[in-house]
Amino acid sequence: MHEYPSNEILVDHLFRHEAGKMIAVLTRLFGMHNLSMAEDVVQDAFLKATQTWKFNTVPNNPSAWLMQVAKNKALDILRRKNVADHYSAELSNQLQEATDNYVDQVFLDTEIEDSQLQLIFACCHPSLKEEDKVALTLKTVSGFGVKEITKALLTQEETIQKRVYRAKQFIQQNNIVLEIPAGKALQQRLDTVHTVLYLIFNEGYNASKSDELIRKDICAEAMRLCLLLCEHKTVTHPASFALLALMCFQASRFESRLDKNNTIILLQQQDRSLWNHELIDRGYYYLNKSSSGENITIYHIESAIAAEHCLAKNFASTNFQRLLHLYDMLWQMKPTPVVQMNKAIVLSYSGKPKEAIELMNSIKGIELLLKTQYMFNAVLGELYIKNNQPQQATDYLEKALQLTLSDAEKKLLKDKINTLRSMQWS
Amino acid sequence: MKDFMFLFRNTTDRSSATPEEMQSNMQLWFAWVEKLKGQGIYVAGEPLTPAGKVLKGKQTVITDGPFAESKEVVGGFFIIKADTIEQAAELAKDCPDLPGSGTVEVREVMKM
Repeated sequence: MHEYPSNEILVDHLFRHEAGKMIAVLTRLFGMHNLSMAEDVVQDAFLKATQTWKFNTVPNNPSAWLMQVAKNKALDILRRKNVADHYSAELSNQLQEATDNYVDQVFLDTEIEDSQLQLIFACCHPSLKEEDKVALTLKTVSGFGVKEITKALLTQEETIQKRVYRAKQFIQQNNIVLEIPAGKALQQRLDTVHTVLYLIFNEGYNASKSDELIRKDICAEAMRLCLLLCEHKTVTHPASFALLALMCFQASRFESRLDKNNTIILLQQQDRSLWNHELIDRGYYYLNKSSSGENITIYHIESAIAAEHCLAKNFASTNFQRLLHLYDMLWQMKPTPVVQMNKAIVLSYSGKPKEAIELMNSIKGIELLLKTQYMFNAVLGELYIKNNQPQQATDYLEKALQLTLSDAEKKLLKDKINTLRSMQWS
Repeated sequence: MKDFMFLFRNTTDRSSATPEEMQSNMQLWFAWVEKLKGQGIYVAGEPLTPAGKVLKGKQTVITDGPFAESKEVVGGFFIIKADTIEQAAELAKDCPDLPGSGTVEVREVMKM
């Protein structure tokens, strides 16, 4: 123990990160079906830390201190269990010795990354619902609290609680084990992990200044977990690198997406000097590393698209032809309305708003999408502006305004509608 | 200047707090100590383990304790310098756990 020199003794998010690590190690001891037991031990360790550290006594290595407390508590539980099972003294001693050895091994620094990966794979089990996977991963692997997840995902605390509960119950009832799958199974499981990390990142990336801090944390967390995948010797896969590259490119624009008044700034108007070039460089680095395999994944194409934007000095010099080509490739693999919509946007940028509108209207199920999703209305509105049809544009933008819940989006839409109105009247 | 003791009770009721919240609470405590140190009035501070022994009566019965309700257990203490108890109490108002369920007892250390 020492008297801390300043209030910066604890690195940012130390507890959150340690929570994830401790849960990973403890579930390896207790089994994934005893996840709640592991969570209790972690909570106890943090309580003990806060009880003592706040009175001017912080250990020299806070992480190691927390891990040690967790380890002692785990050993206590296992010993109690051993005694409670009433074995003979001799067998008890033997069992205890074996247990102690195993506990020592699991708590080794070199084991922690494996434990974390096993936990990620369990939380991203293919049979779980997508939204449950996201909630469980953030809660368990990343140490976010329900309140924080609620805030980041713009939903209700009850909803998140339900998702986490449902996921935990599934794991318990179906005896999901902690493992790093091998061969084909690994490939399949990686697919679901990538999807979950991609979702987590996008949740964090959705524009809103009000909760900017927690949203940045969520993006950073998705990147941290993705890096964990990339750096692991047996799990490493080109698609992980492609996904990480995509996240780097997107994250590089974090500061330029919103202005001081929480208004969204579109790519076209963004101040490119605000883009984080270190992240862009990292993006290229990972994109390069992703080109080793034979398979091209959606992450490869999406990161290539993002890279194309980063490559252009200004909006006008963007290589729209190449973007159109990339969107066509993406459409082959991921034939979703959103991909079509994005292609339509690029078409309009390359001076073809009429074709863009036609493409939008040809999307399968577009009527329903326009009834329920603001994004499709907002984009069509924008395309009609470009095609000099202010009346149609206003109609779609107003529909979008009714459908969105985000204040930032609302503001952007209102500004556009007002501009259109003033143009029509003048 | 005289010495005063701050006795902190129920600084532990954070069972539903998230890791991030617990860390930020602690950062507030660190900042408070820094402030007191900056003013040159911080003398000492220690945590107390929650379990203890209570000795009682002629037969000296020793029991595990304190068994008062957990909220009455002293979690730790500070010793700080101030001119009057009023001034010391004013300083104690900065305790980060006061908005929650924590309490601070301010006592003057008697010098003979």
